[in-house]
Amino acid sequence: MTVTNDVNVTTAPRRRWSPNNFTWAALSFAGGIGLWWLATVGGLSELPSPWAVLTRMIELALDGQLWEDTFASLRRVMIGFVLGSVIAVPTGFLMGWYRVARAVIDPWVQFFRVIPPLAIIPLAIVTMGIDETPKIFVIFLAAFLSAVVSTYQGVVSVDKTYINAARVLGANDRVIFTQVIIPASTPFILVGFRIGLGSAWATVVAAELIAAQSGLGFRMQQAQLYYDLPTIFVSLVAIGILGLIMDRIVVWAEEWLTHWQERV
Amino acid sequence: MTTSKISFRNATKVFGAPDSGVTALKNLNLDIRDGEIVTVVGPSGCGKSTAMNMVAGLLDVTSGEVLVDGKPVLGPGPDRGVIFQQYALFPWLTVRQNVEFGLKLQGMDRAKRKERALHYLGLVGLASFSEAYPKTLSGGMKQRCAIARAYAVNPSVLLMDEPFGALDALTRVKLQDQLLDTWSKDKRTVMFITHDVDEAVYIAHRVIVLAARPGRLQEIVEVDLPFPRNDDVRLSPEFTEIRNRVWRAVYHRDAQAA
Ligand SMILES: Nc1ncnc2c1ncn2[C@@H]1O[C@H](COP(=O)(O)OP(=O)(O)OP(=O)(O)O)[C@@H](O)[C@H]1O
Ligand SMILES: [Mg+2]
Repeated sequence: MTVTNDVNVTTAPRRRWSPNNFTWAALSFAGGIGLWWLATVGGLSELPSPWAVLTRMIELALDGQLWEDTFASLRRVMIGFVLGSVIAVPTGFLMGWYRVARAVIDPWVQFFRVIPPLAIIPLAIVTMGIDETPKIFVIFLAAFLSAVVSTYQGVVSVDKTYINAARVLGANDRVIFTQVIIPASTPFILVGFRIGLGSAWATVVAAELIAAQSGLGFRMQQAQLYYDLPTIFVSLVAIGILGLIMDRIVVWAEEWLTHWQERV
Repeated sequence: MTTSKISFRNATKVFGAPDSGVTALKNLNLDIRDGEIVTVVGPSGCGKSTAMNMVAGLLDVTSGEVLVDGKPVLGPGPDRGVIFQQYALFPWLTVRQNVEFGLKLQGMDRAKRKERALHYLGLVGLASFSEAYPKTLSGGMKQRCAIARAYAVNPSVLLMDEPFGALDALTRVKLQDQLLDTWSKDKRTVMFITHDVDEAVYIAHRVIVLAARPGRLQEIVEVDLPFPRNDDVRLSPEFTEIRNRVWRAVYHRDAQAA
């Protein structure tokens, strides 16, 4: 038996956030805050100083309002996002697997995709009332649309040779679906989740600006009425941080679930 | 004709509408004996992959018949192992899980599956990579893994579509020797497509030369060289003579047509 020998080359796993990157990001943030501070100290703008914002943030955190608002916004996002994704994935698979399902569903998806979710709000409020339902519904729609499109894309772009390779090893349609289509399209689905979560978060804040009695968007809108700039800043910072954390969580999940993927 | 393992009987494949479509293969008649290695060469687009995919059951015939063990091919099956040019390893499975894929479908239990997979991985020199993911393998290692995966389900026919095409010359020669070595221990019927005339002659009992537009049989060249094949065979004048005949059959014909 002729056995070719290979050198076992182990390459270090490529990390997106090497310590070096992290240092740069921290430095960049610190620099930005420094510039902001300089601008307010010099009286160049009417912006509140970083300290005023930090003080207000601590106040709001201590009296619990910040947590209540955060919880209200997060709850809407999570319910809408989970519902939207859970329904989108099987729908996307259906569209990718059955031609008829694709022909029936795709026009609707394409149509609603070009309407900004916020434009649905007036209709949702009129038909569903002013409580949580219309807000959750638009978030659901935002999350659903991005996940359904990416799942469907994932299924139709599965390399035909994987399917053929499975078939010649004796796989039937069920096996091909569960053991080839699903794993092969997972990276696409996770990208859809990431985009969906981003647009769900953007949508919830905007929806709260228009019609809500709680949430970070609502708080900002209230603060605007009283010209309360520090509170507006606190809300903005909270929205940014929470959005970033949610995005990181999805990215981690993605790297963990698709560690087998070749990354460029 | 009872000894022929694979038979093409006026096998014709037309892609698209019967009158206006592309005739990929026209009236192919060919018998491949049990345990024989045939290689298929010919210009690009002459229907080599088409012929092989009909045996694999991945394509159906437009007219005529393709028989394996005297029975018409109705679809893919584990009795015919296929090795694709693009390796087609499942990237989400480890090397061992890839080899176990077909065994699992046969309902083999976990321990036996693992033992069998490791046996075939050892045969292709990949035992120490059994828990690695395909992304960490070189092209040659991926192809050896694909070979182990095809062997593991114990097919009586091996269909290989330019399996070594993407590899460097040195790796290719090693894998040719390895293929012959494995074949000599366990004689399967092999249908092997290649662009490389040397490779075609080196591993084959017979070289099938196809012509293009429409794809059809051009010539069958008997390779009257002794087994086991080795460097002495590869460098012998007899080898060169056969190689030149195949070369002329492939390229001269093409030049005339152009
Ligand atoms: N799915 C398909 N639909 C339409 N035409 C096809 C299809 N597959 C192959 N053909 C056509 O059939 C002919 C033969 O194709 P085939 O893939 O069998 O060639 P080949 O000999 O394997 O070529 P190569 O050496 O480039 O791999 C070509 O003209 C090709 O364009
Ligand atoms: Mg081909």
